[in-house]
Amino acid sequence: MPNALLNSPVPLSWYLILSAVLFGLGVAGFIFRRNIITVFMSIELMLNAVNLTFVTFSYQFKQVDGHIYSFFVMVVAAAEAAVGLAIILTVFKNRGTLMIDDVNSMKY
Amino acid sequence: MTALIFLIFAGIAVFCGISLVVQTHPIASALSLIGVMGSLAVLYLQLGGEFIAMAQIIVYAGAIMVLFVFVIMLLNAGAETSTFQASSFVKYLGIVLLAAFLGLISFIIQATLPKTEGVVFGVFQGTTADVGRKLFTSYLLPFEVTSVLILIALVGAIVLARKEI
Repeated sequence: MPNALLNSPVPLSWYLILSAVLFGLGVAGFIFRRNIITVFMSIELMLNAVNLTFVTFSYQFKQVDGHIYSFFVMVVAAAEAAVGLAIILTVFKNRGTLMIDDVNSMKY
Repeated sequence: MTALIFLIFAGIAVFCGISLVVQTHPIASALSLIGVMGSLAVLYLQLGGEFIAMAQIIVYAGAIMVLFVFVIMLLNAGAETSTFQASSFVKYLGIVLLAAFLGLISFIIQATLPKTEGVVFGVFQGTTADVGRKLFTSYLLPFEVTSVLILIALVGAIVLARKEI
């Protein structure tokens, strides 16, 4: 790899592309995985990708507002994880399974 | 150096992200997610977000992932048995289409973003003092609302974890 590329500043678009790629991977995991815990972790991956975009634009505009937004996203993610994992525990207690294909009584 | 550090940790993040999606065992997925969060914390530091990088390590990789791993251990979740009926042709077509989609998104971002100066470490430092000052002046009301949100989540988790449900 040329030395100039490594020493030059990183273009802003690289961060946004990384964020988009991570978000796309999160969507793919959300759709294709069948384990409810893995689906939940894919949602966390998407939240992380959005946080990266916030911090990137915070750098671009030289303001700390983006950091505060991504801090709020973390707070919401923590609350969501606590309630969501409690729901998963309840589902497992009642159904004895973690596969989302088996939890389909509202479908019919 | 900035570009080298970005490439290393972006590579780790994407690798761990792919690993999260393709691993069948939930514990392996959880460890991959911790890898993504750690490498993103390094990128936050590079972008001058020292407070958010530390919060990422402590809150995300520390608290939330411990909760996940705890639930995986508690439920004794084994490897996922696939109920996804598809021929291998369809699976490979899906991978190719996902890669093409992500490439298209990357191209659009690259093409539409106006030319800006790149990221150089140290140009902008959003210090913890700045974040705190803004959090307790401009963003005081949202900050107070999050405490109510945390309280509701606490009560909700306790209600859901009762024996009778």
